Amino acid sequence: MNPEKPLIRVRALGKRFGEGCIRCKGVTDPEAASNRCPRCGTIHALSGVSFDVYPNEALGVVGESGSGKSTLVRLLHFEWTADRGSFHIHRRAVTGPMTETFFNGDEYSYNLLDISPFQKRQIRNALMGIVYQNPNLGLRMQVSSGGNIAERLIAAGFRRIGTMRERAGGLLEKTEIPVARMDEAPSRFSGGMQQRVQIAKALSNNPLILFLDEVTTGLDLSVQARVLDLIRSLKDELKLSMLVVSHDLGVIRLLCQRTLVMKSGCVVESGLTDQILEDPQHRYTQLLVSSRL
Amino acid sequence: MRMSEWLTTHLEKNDDHRNLGYPFGFMDEGAKREIRRAVLKAVAIPGYQVPYGSREMPIARGWGTGGLQITLSLVTPEDVLKVIDQGCDDSVNAVNIKTFVAKVAGIPVTTDTVMASLIQTRHRIPEEPMSRDQILVLQVPYPEALREVEPSEAETRRMHAEADYARMWLYLYEDIVRFGEITISYRYPVTVNGRYIMDPSPIPRWDVPKLHRAETLFLFGAGREKRIYAVPPHTDVVPLEFEDHLFRVEDFSDKFCARCGATDTFLDEIIDSENGGRTYFCSDTGYCAKRSVS
Repeated sequence: MNPEKPLIRVRALGKRFGEGCIRCKGVTDPEAASNRCPRCGTIHALSGVSFDVYPNEALGVVGESGSGKSTLVRLLHFEWTADRGSFHIHRRAVTGPMTETFFNGDEYSYNLLDISPFQKRQIRNALMGIVYQNPNLGLRMQVSSGGNIAERLIAAGFRRIGTMRERAGGLLEKTEIPVARMDEAPSRFSGGMQQRVQIAKALSNNPLILFLDEVTTGLDLSVQARVLDLIRSLKDELKLSMLVVSHDLGVIRLLCQRTLVMKSGCVVESGLTDQILEDPQHRYTQLLVSSRL
Repeated sequence: MRMSEWLTTHLEKNDDHRNLGYPFGFMDEGAKREIRRAVLKAVAIPGYQVPYGSREMPIARGWGTGGLQITLSLVTPEDVLKVIDQGCDDSVNAVNIKTFVAKVAGIPVTTDTVMASLIQTRHRIPEEPMSRDQILVLQVPYPEALREVEPSEAETRRMHAEADYARMWLYLYEDIVRFGEITISYRYPVTVNGRYIMDPSPIPRWDVPKLHRAETLFLFGAGREKRIYAVPPHTDVVPLEFEDHLFRVEDFSDKFCARCGATDTFLDEIIDSENGGRTYFCSDTGYCAKRSVS
């Protein structure tokens, strides 16, 4: 196993949509047919998910639609508020004045789910990047591609146009977008190009952790391959840790060393990706692997 | 002595105002108290927009009711009032407001910035530096500096609360990329006291530096939008700028006022409709008149 300490540590993360009732307990089990309580209609999107992500590791999250994969990403990216659980980052992830705010003497930070929205924004701007399935969520379509990248840089404290443009140009080059098109809006780009602009934007603040939410879904196969190649090379070049959410086992096999299998808001199996794909233990994982095209 | 007690004792001396059928300063004491409280809160949190219950005024909303309500809530029988509209003392709007306040408070008016204790203005800050004993009340049509980039009020309030200003900066970035410079000519966004981004009301860029660490208290009133905000004396007011694209004011080099000859004031351009010739006049008419006489 990895001798290093995990970069982020998530424990017993829970999120429900609805009031909840006494009968809800029955549906927070992965073996239950559905994660919707038949009595009060509450959806238990996540019921106590725990995992670690190590430095420069890509952790895969697979599961059918509705299993809570995207909820997981949205909670960790602070877009939604978790009901319970904890989310800690390792001290080495944070430098500068932020250390005082988020750490006491311990190796790990305070529970990041409890900090103020302003502080969450600070953490997100300094440490996180995200790439959504739908580029409309991650990009401002009417603002130039360079501007999209600059927005993140501005949020991270950059105040010099020259520096920002240089950096945006470099990132676009890395993601194979012609720098000459930097001042064009992404709405004029193809789907694959938009996705690559999104990746450039996500990487602009040198994140430590990158969330990929179904990044290749909806792209044609040749474009998929190029985007995946790009992500793989950037991961090693920039020493990224990634949380890769996908329902496509091919993507997971290509990018991730370790994988969680989710069903009905619970982790039903976790381990090395190869092991899970070659020798699935849980009934649901077996079904998932065997139904691969 | 409390303001209300002071006013009461003073009112008893000025019997003629008690017979006019309305309180001193037109508004009832409860309304004035609420507005003064909003003003105090605004002064305590520089640049923060304080909501208040904007009252119905004898002029229509959008014609300076926000400024008028602040003026009426602050006016005392010892004040000397000046009202300007785009720098001009004699525009219809300025004259109407001036006459109204002078009547309901029984105070003298002036066009001289130095003589006035209370100045209400639309879209200009007087050229002559103001002192610590004066107050400048600005009329504000759109108090929300972020409205240009975000139409939702709930969202802009969240952005202010979290100091989430990247989109405002992005707006300036896009301007520079497209046009080579920031094209905002008035309502130039400023950061107040290192915290809130504030709309300085539609003053020209020329006037923005006058807000920075000034001697005077600046109060901003938006009657239609029901917001009051303030820049207290000696407060940092910094226009949004990039390190390699600095904020700059309007350029009037080689131009001068055709009336008083000033080369160091904000000038209005007048185009002769017959021969197309351009002449320039001081926008601040009070200052121009003063210089012309001397």
